[in-house]
Amino acid sequence: MNAMPANDSLTTGLEAPGVLTPPHDPDAPGHVSIKGVNKIFRSRKGEVEALRAVDLDIKRGEFVSVLGPSGCGKSTLLMLLSGLLGRTSGDINVGGKEILKPNSDLGIVFQQDVLLEWRTALDNVLIQAELRKMDKKEALEKARALLRMVSLADFEDALPRELSGGMRQRVSICRALLHEPPLMLMDEPFGALDAMTRDQLQIDLLRLCSERDMTVFFITHSISEAIFLSDRVVVMTPRPGRIEQVFDIDLPRPRRLAMREDPKFLGYVHEITDIFKNLGVFREEY
Amino acid sequence: MASVPDTGFAAAENPFKRAFNAVPPAIWTLIVLIATWELLVELRNIPEFILPAPSVIVMEIITYWHRLWPNALVTLSEILFGFLCAVCIGVPLAVAIVYSRFMERGVYPLIVMSQTIPKVAIAPLLLTWFGYGMTPKIVIVILLSFFPIVINSVMGLKATTPEMLYLARSMGANGWEVFWKFRLPKALPSIFAGLKLATVLSVIGAIVAEFIGADKGLGYLILIAGANFDIARQFASIIMISVMGMLFFAALSRLERVAIPWREGGGLAGES
Repeated sequence: MNAMPANDSLTTGLEAPGVLTPPHDPDAPGHVSIKGVNKIFRSRKGEVEALRAVDLDIKRGEFVSVLGPSGCGKSTLLMLLSGLLGRTSGDINVGGKEILKPNSDLGIVFQQDVLLEWRTALDNVLIQAELRKMDKKEALEKARALLRMVSLADFEDALPRELSGGMRQRVSICRALLHEPPLMLMDEPFGALDAMTRDQLQIDLLRLCSERDMTVFFITHSISEAIFLSDRVVVMTPRPGRIEQVFDIDLPRPRRLAMREDPKFLGYVHEITDIFKNLGVFREEY
Repeated sequence: MASVPDTGFAAAENPFKRAFNAVPPAIWTLIVLIATWELLVELRNIPEFILPAPSVIVMEIITYWHRLWPNALVTLSEILFGFLCAVCIGVPLAVAIVYSRFMERGVYPLIVMSQTIPKVAIAPLLLTWFGYGMTPKIVIVILLSFFPIVINSVMGLKATTPEMLYLARSMGANGWEVFWKFRLPKALPSIFAGLKLATVLSVIGAIVAEFIGADKGLGYLILIAGANFDIARQFASIIMISVMGMLFFAALSRLERVAIPWREGGGLAGES
């Protein structure tokens, strides 16, 4: 199931994201610009500095992964981007608009699938259309097409409890894509899945991305997942989260699972692992 | 529901076994208990004013039906009316508690604390305030059944995860939509658990209220029959009220299955 299309010619030309638009058009939908962003959480117990002086520009259509240890502020950065959480200082612009309130021109996928258990798979995807008052007929067609694309055509009427974890997460990705957002925020979407399901969903995600001009901001704990998926990998330090280094991943698309044994791929893994060793995230000697 | 997995082998065809399996096990247990009761009374010659045999009680229900039925209707209307009032007060109150900080911090703790007051102890007071009519009975039913409705509804309405709310907002949902499309459906299983608890308590409330001061209703019948040492009549009334309670609970379980079709089985004590 879920076989990649055999004819790669279908996807070539679309596989290099961003080529259709000028690379440095900050007003293009899906362009993310983060400048000098700080976030401090204040509570009665004191202050916690979550993010310090974060600068990052993401071009339209780029796939950027953020990699870092637990509690480094990755998810906080995602929340700031969505406008669901306010920053302490700095500027965030998405598609040329400053983010000052919750931004609804995007799709979000969390680690939990957050499916509504009283709705079928299809209706879970369609909630997006209902809340956005999209055209019903058109939305239904799109939702069906999306589910078909992730091999869930036969599960349209299944309730979430009848689906496996991987299937549920696929439904939640379809839901996030229904309105064709210029920006997709993903907070460890595959973190709760088993290794094989995870591989399959990575492939599915890349395929969905190759078919649309969409910026993806992807948070993960997994070094190889970040490299496998991304155009760029942002490595963050432990709290307070700063950007330690940004890697351009120079691997051809479409990505194939076998590329994970490619010397170039392993080179990235080594480099990133070394950074985490230097940061004290990994300790091998005691 | 720990049943032996089906091995796929056809069971030996035994007509007796098949007839036996057609009846739920709990019914068999009940039949055995009633038969034992009948036999014991018969064999040991237990006098009717101590413990009447089941057959005597059934006869009593039939001959006394002209009094049982109208009084059952009185009790039933107290139960249903009180229960409905409790729902109409309890669910909106729970919504207010979940949405208002003042209600949550200023009112909710008092509601919880008030539960340490034995409501039965207030019953005589209500009698002096509201007289002997329907009102004090309904008030007691409300007092007893309202609490589990509020608590469970609050719990259910708070079950919405932060991610779910984030997601709703990122899709542009307004407060109204968050309530109708996310919070309320999410809360339904919990609300129904509260309603089912409340059915049991509302029956207790009505009977207790009638014990304290009434001139009709099944509670009143039980009291009068007791004063006359008419044990069979007492049993007849008890059976009436029990059957009513069971039917009420079953009706609600039915409604639950209609309202929450995405859930298999219900909470609380299984199905009746």
